[in-house]
Amino acid sequence: MSAQIAIAGMTKAFNKGGVNEVLALNGLTLNIDEGDFITIIGSNGAGKSTFLNALAGCFPLDSGTISMDGEDVTGWAEHRRAAKIGRVFQDPLLGTCAGATIEQNLALAKKRGMRRGLGLGVKSKDRVFFSEKLAMLGLGLEERLKTATGLLSGGQRQALTMLMATMVRPRLLLLDEHTAALDPKTAQMILELTERLVVEQRLTTLMVTHNMQQAISMGNRLLMFHRGTVVMDIRGEEKKALTVEELLQRFTELRGEEGLSDRMLLC
Amino acid sequence: MTLYAFYGALEQGFAFGLMVLGVYLTFRILDFPDLTVDGSLPLGAAVSAVAITNGYSPIMAIVMATCAGFIAGMVTGFLNTKLKILHLLASILTMISLYSVNLRIMGRPNLTLLGKDTVVDQFTALVGLPQYMATPILFGIICVGCAALLIWFLHTEVGMAVLATGDNPQMITSQGINTHTVIIFGVGLSNALVACSGALVAQNQGAADVNMGVGTIIAGLASVIIGETVFGDRSIVRAIVAVLLGSVLYRVAIALALGLKLGAFSVTPSDLNLITAVLVVIALTAPTMKKKFLSKGATA
Repeated sequence: MSAQIAIAGMTKAFNKGGVNEVLALNGLTLNIDEGDFITIIGSNGAGKSTFLNALAGCFPLDSGTISMDGEDVTGWAEHRRAAKIGRVFQDPLLGTCAGATIEQNLALAKKRGMRRGLGLGVKSKDRVFFSEKLAMLGLGLEERLKTATGLLSGGQRQALTMLMATMVRPRLLLLDEHTAALDPKTAQMILELTERLVVEQRLTTLMVTHNMQQAISMGNRLLMFHRGTVVMDIRGEEKKALTVEELLQRFTELRGEEGLSDRMLLC
Repeated sequence: MTLYAFYGALEQGFAFGLMVLGVYLTFRILDFPDLTVDGSLPLGAAVSAVAITNGYSPIMAIVMATCAGFIAGMVTGFLNTKLKILHLLASILTMISLYSVNLRIMGRPNLTLLGKDTVVDQFTALVGLPQYMATPILFGIICVGCAALLIWFLHTEVGMAVLATGDNPQMITSQGINTHTVIIFGVGLSNALVACSGALVAQNQGAADVNMGVGTIIAGLASVIIGETVFGDRSIVRAIVAVLLGSVLYRVAIALALGLKLGAFSVTPSDLNLITAVLVVIALTAPTMKKKFLSKGATA
Protein backbone atom coordinates (compact mmCIF):
# COMPACT_ATOMS: atom_id res chain seq x y z
CA MET A 1 0.00 0.00 0.00
CA SER A 2 1.40 3.40 -0.92
CA ALA A 3 1.65 6.11 1.69
CA GLN A 4 -1.28 8.45 2.30
CA ILE A 5 1.00 11.44 2.70
CA ALA A 6 4.37 11.63 0.99
CA ILE A 7 6.82 14.39 1.85
CA ALA A 8 9.99 14.63 -0.21
CA GLY A 9 12.96 16.93 0.27
CA MET A 10 11.03 19.51 2.26
CA THR A 11 13.31 22.53 2.80
CA LYS A 12 12.60 25.91 4.33
CA ALA A 13 14.97 28.67 5.45
CA PHE A 14 13.87 31.78 7.32
CA ASN A 15 15.58 35.19 7.01
CA LYS A 16 17.23 33.97 3.87
CA GLY A 17 20.46 35.73 3.00
CA GLY A 18 20.51 37.59 6.32
CA VAL A 19 22.86 37.01 9.23
CA ASN A 20 20.00 35.37 11.11
CA GLU A 21 19.33 32.78 8.43
CA VAL A 22 17.88 29.64 9.96
CA LEU A 23 17.50 26.42 8.05
CA ALA A 24 14.30 25.29 9.76
CA LEU A 25 13.61 22.31 7.52
CA ASN A 26 16.47 20.56 5.83
CA GLY A 27 15.46 18.21 3.04
CA LEU A 28 12.95 16.35 5.17
CA THR A 29 11.57 13.21 3.59
CA LEU A 30 8.81 11.18 5.19
CA ASN A 31 5.98 8.84 4.29
CA ILE A 32 2.88 8.73 6.44
CA ASP A 33 0.47 5.81 6.19
CA GLU A 34 -3.27 5.99 6.49
CA GLY A 35 -4.25 5.85 10.16
CA ASP A 36 -0.76 6.56 11.50
CA PHE A 37 -0.78 8.31 14.89
CA ILE A 38 2.67 9.84 15.05
CA THR A 39 4.18 11.60 18.04
CA ILE A 40 7.00 14.06 17.35
CA ILE A 41 9.70 15.09 19.80
CA GLY A 42 12.85 17.18 19.48
CA SER A 43 14.68 20.04 21.15
CA ASN A 44 13.70 23.67 20.69
CA GLY A 45 14.35 24.86 17.16
CA ALA A 46 14.47 21.34 15.76
CA GLY A 47 11.76 22.26 13.25
CA LYS A 48 8.76 20.43 14.73
CA SER A 49 6.32 23.31 14.59
CA THR A 50 7.71 24.54 11.29
CA PHE A 51 7.07 21.08 9.91
CA LEU A 52 3.40 21.15 10.95
CA ASN A 53 3.02 24.69 9.61
CA ALA A 54 4.59 23.62 6.32
CA LEU A 55 2.10 20.76 6.04
CA ALA A 56 -0.76 23.16 6.78
CA GLY A 57 0.51 25.51 4.08
CA CYS A 58 1.31 28.56 6.21
CA PHE A 59 4.24 29.45 3.93
CA PRO A 60 5.62 28.30 0.58
CA LEU A 61 8.49 25.80 0.67
CA ASP A 62 11.92 26.64 -0.69
CA SER A 63 12.02 23.21 -2.23
CA GLY A 64 10.44 19.80 -1.88
CA THR A 65 6.98 18.39 -2.44
CA ILE A 66 4.00 17.29 -0.39
CA SER A 67 1.38 14.94 -1.72
CA MET A 68 -1.78 13.90 0.07
CA ASP A 69 -4.07 11.12 -1.10
CA GLY A 70 -2.15 11.04 -4.37
CA GLU A 71 -2.67 14.75 -5.02
CA ASP A 72 0.25 17.17 -5.14
CA VAL A 73 -0.73 19.86 -2.62
CA THR A 74 2.62 21.68 -2.54
CA GLY A 75 1.23 24.76 -4.27
CA TRP A 76 -2.08 24.86 -2.39
CA ALA A 77 -2.76 27.85 -0.17
CA GLU A 78 -3.44 27.32 3.52
CA HIS A 79 -7.20 27.84 3.28
CA ARG A 80 -7.41 25.31 0.46
CA ARG A 81 -5.47 22.64 2.34
CA ALA A 82 -7.80 23.23 5.29
CA ALA A 83 -10.34 21.04 3.49
CA LYS A 84 -8.08 18.08 4.29
CA ILE A 85 -6.48 19.21 7.54
CA GLY A 86 -7.73 19.72 11.08
CA ARG A 87 -5.53 21.74 13.42
CA VAL A 88 -5.17 22.37 17.14
CA PHE A 89 -2.62 24.95 18.24
CA GLN A 90 -0.54 25.33 21.38
CA ASP A 91 -2.30 28.61 22.18
CA PRO A 92 -5.88 27.75 23.21
CA LEU A 93 -6.99 31.19 21.97
CA LEU A 94 -5.94 30.49 18.37
CA GLY A 95 -8.35 27.69 17.60
CA THR A 96 -11.63 29.39 18.39
CA CYS A 97 -13.25 32.72 17.72
CA ALA A 98 -13.60 34.61 21.02
CA GLY A 99 -16.37 36.98 19.94
CA ALA A 100 -18.55 34.24 18.48
CA THR A 101 -20.73 31.91 20.52
CA ILE A 102 -19.95 28.22 21.02
CA GLU A 103 -22.60 27.21 18.49
CA GLN A 104 -21.28 29.72 15.93
CA ASN A 105 -17.77 28.33 16.30
CA LEU A 106 -19.05 24.80 15.83
CA ALA A 107 -21.11 25.91 12.82
CA LEU A 108 -18.01 27.47 11.26
CA ALA A 109 -16.15 24.19 11.77
CA LYS A 110 -19.02 22.14 10.39
CA LYS A 111 -18.44 23.81 7.02
CA ARG A 112 -14.66 23.41 6.97
CA GLY A 113 -13.45 23.28 3.40
CA MET A 114 -16.98 23.50 2.00
CA ARG A 115 -18.84 26.22 0.12
CA ARG A 116 -20.57 28.69 2.37
CA GLY A 117 -23.79 30.31 1.27
CA LEU A 118 -26.39 32.76 2.48
CA GLY A 119 -28.29 30.20 4.50
CA LEU A 120 -28.63 30.72 8.22
CA GLY A 121 -25.25 30.09 9.88
CA VAL A 122 -26.61 28.09 12.82
CA LYS A 123 -29.68 26.02 12.00
CA SER A 124 -31.93 24.58 14.69
CA LYS A 125 -31.15 21.00 13.67
CA ASP A 126 -27.46 21.83 14.05
CA ARG A 127 -28.05 22.72 17.70
CA VAL A 128 -29.18 19.18 18.52
CA PHE A 129 -26.11 17.77 16.80
CA PHE A 130 -23.81 20.25 18.57
CA SER A 131 -25.34 19.46 21.97
CA GLU A 132 -24.67 15.76 21.45
CA LYS A 133 -21.08 16.42 20.43
CA LEU A 134 -20.48 18.77 23.36
CA ALA A 135 -22.07 16.37 25.86
CA MET A 136 -19.32 13.93 24.92
CA LEU A 137 -16.78 16.32 26.46
CA GLY A 138 -18.46 16.13 29.86
CA LEU A 139 -17.79 19.81 30.52
CA GLY A 140 -21.40 20.96 30.56
CA LEU A 141 -20.83 23.07 27.45
CA GLU A 142 -23.96 21.60 25.85
CA GLU A 143 -25.97 23.85 28.16
CA ARG A 144 -24.07 26.93 27.03
CA LEU A 145 -24.43 26.96 23.24
CA LYS A 146 -25.05 30.69 23.20
CA THR A 147 -22.14 31.62 25.49
CA ALA A 148 -19.38 33.70 23.92
CA THR A 149 -16.32 31.49 23.50
CA GLY A 150 -14.11 34.21 24.99
CA LEU A 151 -15.71 33.51 28.38
CA LEU A 152 -14.49 29.90 28.46
CA SER A 153 -11.30 28.73 30.14
CA GLY A 154 -8.24 27.72 28.15
CA GLY A 155 -8.97 24.03 28.69
CA GLN A 156 -12.59 24.37 27.63
CA ARG A 157 -11.54 26.27 24.53
CA GLN A 158 -8.94 23.65 23.67
CA ALA A 159 -11.53 20.89 24.07
CA LEU A 160 -13.84 22.85 21.79
CA THR A 161 -11.02 23.24 19.26
CA MET A 162 -10.42 19.46 19.32
CA LEU A 163 -14.09 18.95 18.57
CA MET A 164 -14.01 21.53 15.79
CA ALA A 165 -10.86 20.09 14.19
CA THR A 166 -12.48 16.66 13.96
CA MET A 167 -16.08 17.66 13.25
CA VAL A 168 -15.56 17.24 9.52
CA ARG A 169 -13.35 14.15 9.39
CA PRO A 170 -9.87 15.49 8.56
CA ARG A 171 -7.55 13.50 6.30
CA LEU A 172 -4.77 14.71 8.58
CA LEU A 173 -4.94 16.03 12.13
CA LEU A 174 -2.14 18.34 13.29
CA LEU A 175 -1.67 18.81 17.04
CA ASP A 176 1.07 21.28 17.92
CA GLU A 177 1.87 20.89 21.64
CA HIS A 178 -1.82 21.33 22.18
CA THR A 179 -1.63 20.61 25.92
CA ALA A 180 1.51 22.62 26.71
CA ALA A 181 -0.34 25.76 27.83
CA LEU A 182 -2.73 23.91 30.14
CA ASP A 183 -2.53 22.86 33.77
CA PRO A 184 -1.69 19.14 34.32
CA LYS A 185 -5.25 18.05 35.06
CA THR A 186 -6.75 19.85 32.06
CA ALA A 187 -3.88 18.61 29.89
CA GLN A 188 -4.73 15.04 30.92
CA MET A 189 -8.38 15.61 29.99
CA ILE A 190 -7.41 16.96 26.56
CA LEU A 191 -5.04 14.03 26.00
CA GLU A 192 -7.76 11.51 26.83
CA LEU A 193 -10.08 13.33 24.46
CA THR A 194 -7.38 13.25 21.78
CA GLU A 195 -6.84 9.54 22.26
CA ARG A 196 -10.58 8.92 22.04
CA LEU A 197 -11.23 11.05 18.94
CA VAL A 198 -8.18 9.78 17.07
CA VAL A 199 -8.75 6.12 17.85
CA GLU A 200 -12.52 6.28 17.31
CA GLN A 201 -12.21 7.80 13.84
CA ARG A 202 -8.85 6.22 13.00
CA LEU A 203 -7.46 9.63 12.09
CA THR A 204 -4.06 10.11 10.56
CA THR A 205 -2.47 12.32 13.21
CA LEU A 206 0.75 14.18 13.90
CA MET A 207 1.23 15.26 17.51
CA VAL A 208 4.15 17.42 18.65
CA THR A 209 4.93 17.08 22.34
CA HIS A 210 7.63 17.92 24.85
CA ASN A 211 6.60 15.10 27.13
CA MET A 212 8.67 11.95 26.46
CA GLN A 213 6.27 9.70 28.34
CA GLN A 214 3.37 10.95 26.21
CA ALA A 215 5.42 10.49 23.07
CA ILE A 216 6.07 6.87 23.99
CA SER A 217 2.66 5.90 25.32
CA MET A 218 0.54 7.53 22.64
CA GLY A 219 0.34 6.64 18.97
CA ASN A 220 1.92 3.90 16.87
CA ARG A 221 4.99 5.76 15.64
CA LEU A 222 7.53 8.18 17.09
CA LEU A 223 9.73 10.67 15.27
CA MET A 224 12.62 12.62 16.71
CA PHE A 225 13.52 15.85 14.97
CA HIS A 226 16.91 17.48 14.93
CA ARG A 227 18.07 20.39 12.82
CA GLY A 228 15.12 20.31 10.49
CA THR A 229 15.13 16.64 9.71
CA VAL A 230 14.01 13.30 11.12
CA VAL A 231 16.82 11.55 13.02
CA MET A 232 14.80 8.75 14.58
CA ASP A 233 11.75 6.88 13.32
CA ILE A 234 10.45 4.14 15.56
CA ARG A 235 7.20 2.26 15.31
CA GLY A 236 5.19 -0.68 16.51
CA GLU A 237 6.64 -3.08 19.09
CA GLU A 238 9.97 -1.31 19.10
CA LYS A 239 8.23 1.92 20.11
CA LYS A 240 6.33 0.22 22.92
CA ALA A 241 9.58 -1.10 24.32
CA LEU A 242 11.14 2.36 24.33
CA THR A 243 11.92 4.03 27.66
CA VAL A 244 12.25 7.69 28.60
CA GLU A 245 15.90 7.02 29.57
CA GLU A 246 16.72 5.75 26.10
CA LEU A 247 15.15 8.80 24.51
CA LEU A 248 17.03 11.14 26.85
CA GLN A 249 20.22 9.27 26.05
CA ARG A 250 19.61 9.84 22.37
CA PHE A 251 18.93 13.53 23.03
CA THR A 252 22.23 13.94 24.86
CA GLU A 253 24.08 12.26 22.00
CA LEU A 254 22.60 14.76 19.55
CA ARG A 255 23.49 17.66 21.78
CA GLY A 256 26.98 16.22 22.09
CA GLU A 257 27.41 16.34 18.34
CA GLU A 258 26.22 19.89 18.42
CA GLY A 259 28.75 20.78 21.10
CA LEU A 260 31.43 19.23 18.98
CA SER A 261 30.45 21.18 15.89
CA ASP A 262 30.34 24.36 17.96
CA ARG A 263 33.87 23.67 19.12
CA MET A 264 34.97 23.01 15.58
CA LEU A 265 33.52 26.34 14.55
CA LEU A 266 35.36 28.14 17.31
CA CYS A 267 38.75 26.60 16.46
CA MET B 1 -33.32 72.91 21.07
CA THR B 2 -36.29 73.57 18.84
CA LEU B 3 -38.36 70.78 17.35
CA TYR B 4 -37.22 71.96 13.96
CA ALA B 5 -33.58 71.58 14.96
CA PHE B 6 -34.38 68.14 16.36
CA TYR B 7 -35.85 67.05 13.01
CA GLY B 8 -32.70 68.39 11.41
CA ALA B 9 -30.50 66.31 13.70
CA LEU B 10 -32.62 63.20 13.01
CA GLU B 11 -32.32 63.81 9.30
CA GLN B 12 -28.55 64.21 9.47
CA GLY B 13 -28.19 61.27 11.82
CA PHE B 14 -30.04 58.94 9.47
CA ALA B 15 -28.52 60.39 6.29
CA PHE B 16 -25.09 59.57 7.69
CA GLY B 17 -26.43 56.44 9.39
CA LEU B 18 -25.41 54.16 6.52
CA MET B 19 -21.94 55.67 6.66
CA VAL B 20 -21.80 54.82 10.36
CA LEU B 21 -22.87 51.23 9.62
CA GLY B 22 -20.04 51.06 7.09
CA VAL B 23 -17.51 52.37 9.60
CA TYR B 24 -18.80 49.88 12.18
CA LEU B 25 -18.36 47.05 9.69
CA THR B 26 -14.70 47.82 9.03
CA PHE B 27 -13.55 49.09 12.41
CA ARG B 28 -15.40 46.74 14.69
CA ILE B 29 -16.20 43.65 12.69
CA LEU B 30 -13.28 43.37 10.30
CA ASP B 31 -10.81 45.09 12.65
CA PHE B 32 -9.68 47.10 9.64
CA PRO B 33 -9.12 50.82 10.28
CA ASP B 34 -10.42 52.13 6.97
CA LEU B 35 -9.99 55.79 6.02
CA THR B 36 -11.28 55.23 2.49
CA VAL B 37 -14.62 56.62 3.72
CA ASP B 38 -13.38 60.22 3.50
CA GLY B 39 -13.14 59.60 -0.23
CA SER B 40 -16.00 57.19 -0.81
CA LEU B 41 -18.64 59.46 0.75
CA PRO B 42 -18.02 62.26 -1.79
CA LEU B 43 -17.60 59.54 -4.43
CA GLY B 44 -21.17 58.44 -3.77
CA ALA B 45 -22.33 62.05 -3.82
CA ALA B 46 -20.47 62.75 -7.06
CA VAL B 47 -21.70 59.66 -8.89
CA SER B 48 -25.28 60.22 -7.85
CA ALA B 49 -25.19 63.94 -8.76
CA VAL B 50 -23.68 63.24 -12.17
CA ALA B 51 -26.15 60.44 -12.78
CA ILE B 52 -29.11 62.68 -11.93
CA THR B 53 -27.88 65.55 -14.11
CA ASN B 54 -27.54 63.02 -16.91
CA GLY B 55 -31.18 62.10 -16.62
CA TYR B 56 -31.05 58.91 -14.54
CA SER B 57 -33.72 58.44 -11.88
CA PRO B 58 -32.68 59.39 -8.31
CA ILE B 59 -33.00 55.78 -7.16
CA MET B 60 -30.88 54.52 -10.05
CA ALA B 61 -28.35 57.22 -9.11
CA ILE B 62 -28.14 55.80 -5.57
CA VAL B 63 -27.63 52.28 -6.90
CA MET B 64 -24.81 53.49 -9.15
CA ALA B 65 -23.20 55.40 -6.26
CA THR B 66 -23.36 52.28 -4.08
CA CYS B 67 -21.63 50.20 -6.75
CA ALA B 68 -18.91 52.85 -7.12
CA GLY B 69 -18.33 52.78 -3.36
CA PHE B 70 -18.10 48.98 -3.43
CA ILE B 71 -15.37 49.16 -6.06
CA ALA B 72 -13.47 51.85 -4.11
CA GLY B 73 -13.53 49.65 -1.01
CA MET B 74 -12.38 46.62 -2.99
CA VAL B 75 -9.37 48.65 -4.20
CA THR B 76 -8.39 49.31 -0.57
CA GLY B 77 -8.88 45.65 0.29
CA PHE B 78 -6.83 44.60 -2.72
CA LEU B 79 -3.96 46.96 -1.84
CA ASN B 80 -3.93 45.58 1.69
CA THR B 81 -4.23 41.85 1.03
CA LYS B 82 -2.67 41.18 -2.35
CA LEU B 83 -0.06 43.94 -2.39
CA LYS B 84 0.65 43.66 1.36
CA ILE B 85 0.29 47.38 2.08
CA LEU B 86 -0.57 48.22 5.70
CA HIS B 87 -4.36 48.61 6.01
CA LEU B 88 -4.22 52.20 7.24
CA LEU B 89 -1.87 53.26 4.47
CA ALA B 90 -3.80 51.32 1.83
CA SER B 91 -6.98 53.16 2.78
CA ILE B 92 -5.25 56.55 2.79
CA LEU B 93 -3.90 55.85 -0.70
CA THR B 94 -7.38 55.06 -1.98
CA MET B 95 -8.79 58.07 -0.16
CA ILE B 96 -6.41 60.60 -1.72
CA SER B 97 -6.76 59.09 -5.18
CA LEU B 98 -10.54 59.32 -4.84
CA TYR B 99 -10.17 63.10 -4.52
CA SER B 100 -8.84 63.20 -8.08
CA VAL B 101 -11.32 60.59 -9.24
CA ASN B 102 -14.22 62.60 -7.82
CA LEU B 103 -13.05 65.73 -9.60
CA ARG B 104 -12.87 63.72 -12.83
CA ILE B 105 -16.35 62.33 -12.32
CA MET B 106 -17.92 65.72 -11.71
CA GLY B 107 -15.63 67.67 -14.01
CA ARG B 108 -15.64 70.49 -11.44
CA PRO B 109 -15.35 70.85 -7.63
CA ASN B 110 -19.08 70.88 -7.02
CA LEU B 111 -22.28 70.06 -8.78
CA THR B 112 -25.68 71.39 -7.80
CA LEU B 113 -28.93 69.52 -8.20
CA LEU B 114 -31.07 72.66 -8.26
CA GLY B 115 -34.35 72.05 -10.02
CA LYS B 116 -33.66 68.33 -10.33
CA ASP B 117 -35.91 65.68 -8.87
CA THR B 118 -34.33 63.78 -5.91
CA VAL B 119 -35.52 60.89 -3.73
CA VAL B 120 -36.34 63.44 -1.05
CA ASP B 121 -38.66 65.36 -3.41
CA GLN B 122 -40.28 62.18 -4.63
CA PHE B 123 -40.89 60.85 -1.13
CA THR B 124 -42.20 64.20 0.15
CA ALA B 125 -44.67 64.31 -2.72
CA LEU B 126 -45.68 60.71 -2.01
CA VAL B 127 -46.42 61.04 1.72
CA GLY B 128 -47.71 64.60 1.59
CA LEU B 129 -45.90 65.74 4.75
CA PRO B 130 -43.78 68.89 5.00
CA GLN B 131 -40.25 68.19 3.81
CA TYR B 132 -38.59 68.70 7.21
CA MET B 133 -40.67 65.80 8.54
CA ALA B 134 -40.66 63.59 5.44
CA THR B 135 -36.86 63.53 5.06
CA PRO B 136 -36.01 62.03 8.47
CA ILE B 137 -38.75 59.42 7.92
CA LEU B 138 -37.38 58.44 4.51
CA PHE B 139 -33.78 58.23 5.72
CA GLY B 140 -34.91 56.43 8.86
CA ILE B 141 -36.67 53.76 6.79
CA ILE B 142 -33.60 53.31 4.59
CA CYS B 143 -31.32 53.01 7.62
CA VAL B 144 -33.52 50.50 9.43
CA GLY B 145 -33.84 48.48 6.22
CA CYS B 146 -30.08 48.40 5.65
CA ALA B 147 -29.39 47.64 9.32
CA ALA B 148 -31.83 44.70 9.17
CA LEU B 149 -30.11 43.41 6.02
CA LEU B 150 -26.70 43.74 7.68
CA ILE B 151 -27.89 41.88 10.78
CA TRP B 152 -29.34 39.12 8.62
CA PHE B 153 -26.15 38.91 6.56
CA LEU B 154 -23.92 38.61 9.63
CA HIS B 155 -25.95 35.58 10.73
CA THR B 156 -25.52 33.71 7.45
CA GLU B 157 -22.72 31.24 6.78
CA VAL B 158 -20.78 33.81 4.77
CA GLY B 159 -21.49 36.56 7.30
CA MET B 160 -20.19 34.43 10.15
CA ALA B 161 -16.99 33.91 8.18
CA VAL B 162 -16.69 37.71 7.87
CA LEU B 163 -17.12 38.08 11.65
CA ALA B 164 -14.53 35.40 12.30
CA THR B 165 -12.03 36.95 9.89
CA GLY B 166 -11.95 40.10 11.99
CA ASP B 167 -11.83 38.13 15.21
CA ASN B 168 -9.32 35.37 14.52
CA PRO B 169 -7.80 35.16 11.02
CA GLN B 170 -5.73 32.06 11.86
CA MET B 171 -8.78 30.15 13.05
CA ILE B 172 -10.91 30.98 10.04
CA THR B 173 -8.08 30.17 7.63
CA SER B 174 -7.83 26.73 9.21
CA GLN B 175 -11.56 26.40 8.56
CA GLY B 176 -10.91 26.83 4.86
CA ILE B 177 -11.74 30.51 4.39
CA ASN B 178 -9.59 32.76 2.21
CA THR B 179 -9.28 35.82 4.45
CA HIS B 180 -8.08 37.95 1.52
CA THR B 181 -11.34 37.45 -0.31
CA VAL B 182 -13.32 38.21 2.84
CA ILE B 183 -11.39 41.44 3.50
CA ILE B 184 -11.73 42.66 -0.10
CA PHE B 185 -15.45 41.92 -0.04
CA GLY B 186 -15.99 43.30 3.48
CA VAL B 187 -14.22 46.60 2.92
CA GLY B 188 -16.10 46.84 -0.39
CA LEU B 189 -19.42 46.33 1.35
CA SER B 190 -18.53 48.93 3.97
CA ASN B 191 -17.69 51.54 1.37
CA ALA B 192 -20.80 50.67 -0.61
CA LEU B 193 -22.80 51.72 2.46
CA VAL B 194 -20.71 54.87 2.83
CA ALA B 195 -21.15 55.85 -0.82
CA CYS B 196 -24.88 55.19 -0.56
CA SER B 197 -24.92 57.53 2.41
CA GLY B 198 -23.00 60.12 0.34
CA ALA B 199 -25.61 59.85 -2.40
CA LEU B 200 -28.43 60.44 0.10
CA VAL B 201 -26.63 63.43 1.60
CA ALA B 202 -26.02 64.97 -1.82
CA GLN B 203 -29.63 64.52 -2.87
CA ASN B 204 -30.78 65.93 0.45
CA GLN B 205 -28.63 69.04 0.38
CA GLY B 206 -29.04 69.45 -3.36
CA ALA B 207 -25.36 69.44 -4.22
CA ALA B 208 -22.24 67.30 -4.32
CA ASP B 209 -18.93 68.80 -3.29
CA VAL B 210 -15.49 67.30 -3.64
CA ASN B 211 -14.61 68.44 -0.10
CA MET B 212 -17.73 67.14 1.64
CA GLY B 213 -15.91 63.99 2.77
CA VAL B 214 -13.43 65.74 5.03
CA GLY B 215 -13.81 64.45 8.58
CA THR B 216 -16.27 61.70 7.64
CA ILE B 217 -14.22 59.04 9.38
CA ILE B 218 -14.12 61.02 12.61
CA ALA B 219 -17.87 61.61 12.56
CA GLY B 220 -18.36 57.91 11.83
CA LEU B 221 -16.07 56.78 14.64
CA ALA B 222 -17.62 59.28 17.04
CA SER B 223 -21.08 57.89 16.25
CA VAL B 224 -19.91 54.29 16.68
CA ILE B 225 -18.21 55.00 19.99
CA ILE B 226 -21.00 57.16 21.39
CA GLY B 227 -23.60 54.59 20.35
CA GLU B 228 -21.72 51.66 21.87
CA THR B 229 -21.01 53.56 25.09
CA VAL B 230 -24.56 54.75 25.60
CA PHE B 231 -26.58 51.81 24.28
CA GLY B 232 -24.19 48.86 24.71
CA ASP B 233 -22.64 46.41 22.27
CA ARG B 234 -23.18 43.02 23.83
CA SER B 235 -24.52 41.36 20.69
CA ILE B 236 -24.34 42.11 16.98
CA VAL B 237 -27.99 43.19 16.89
CA ARG B 238 -27.57 45.41 19.91
CA ALA B 239 -24.38 46.99 18.57
CA ILE B 240 -25.84 47.73 15.14
CA VAL B 241 -28.93 49.39 16.64
CA ALA B 242 -26.63 51.23 19.05
CA VAL B 243 -24.36 52.70 16.38
CA LEU B 244 -27.37 53.86 14.34
CA LEU B 245 -28.76 55.61 17.41
CA GLY B 246 -25.24 56.85 18.07
CA SER B 247 -25.28 58.54 14.68
CA VAL B 248 -28.47 60.43 15.64
CA LEU B 249 -27.14 61.20 19.12
CA TYR B 250 -23.94 62.58 17.64
CA ARG B 251 -25.87 64.98 15.39
CA VAL B 252 -28.08 66.01 18.32
CA ALA B 253 -25.00 66.71 20.42
CA ILE B 254 -23.48 68.77 17.60
CA ALA B 255 -26.72 70.73 17.17
CA LEU B 256 -26.88 71.37 20.91
CA ALA B 257 -23.26 72.48 21.01
CA LEU B 258 -23.76 74.82 18.07
CA GLY B 259 -26.58 76.54 19.96
CA LEU B 260 -24.32 77.10 22.96
CA LYS B 261 -23.75 80.70 24.11
CA LEU B 262 -21.59 81.71 27.09
CA GLY B 263 -21.85 85.46 27.52
CA ALA B 264 -20.18 87.04 24.52
CA PHE B 265 -18.75 83.69 23.39
CA SER B 266 -20.81 81.56 21.03
CA VAL B 267 -19.90 78.31 19.31
CA THR B 268 -19.61 78.51 15.51
CA PRO B 269 -19.56 75.75 12.87
CA SER B 270 -15.79 76.20 12.64
CA ASP B 271 -15.55 74.71 16.15
CA LEU B 272 -17.15 71.48 14.92
CA ASN B 273 -13.94 69.44 14.75
CA LEU B 274 -12.96 70.40 18.27
CA ILE B 275 -16.43 69.52 19.56
CA THR B 276 -16.31 66.17 17.81
CA ALA B 277 -12.93 65.36 19.31
CA VAL B 278 -14.17 66.29 22.79
CA LEU B 279 -17.29 64.16 22.32
CA VAL B 280 -15.19 61.15 21.32
CA VAL B 281 -12.89 61.61 24.32
CA ILE B 282 -15.88 61.80 26.66
CA ALA B 283 -17.50 58.72 25.11
CA LEU B 284 -14.25 56.76 25.28
CA THR B 285 -13.45 57.62 28.87
CA ALA B 286 -16.98 57.63 30.28
CA PRO B 287 -17.11 53.88 31.05
CA THR B 288 -13.80 53.88 32.98
CA MET B 289 -14.67 57.12 34.74
CA LYS B 290 -17.99 55.68 35.81
CA LYS B 291 -16.31 52.58 37.21
CA LYS B 292 -13.75 54.67 39.07
CA PHE B 293 -16.44 56.85 40.62
CA LEU B 294 -18.55 53.86 41.63
CA SER B 295 -15.68 51.95 43.23
CA LYS B 296 -14.59 55.07 45.13
CA GLY B 297 -18.12 55.51 46.41
CA ALA B 298 -18.15 51.89 47.55
CA THR B 299 -14.93 52.09 49.58
CA ALA B 300 -15.73 55.46 51.14
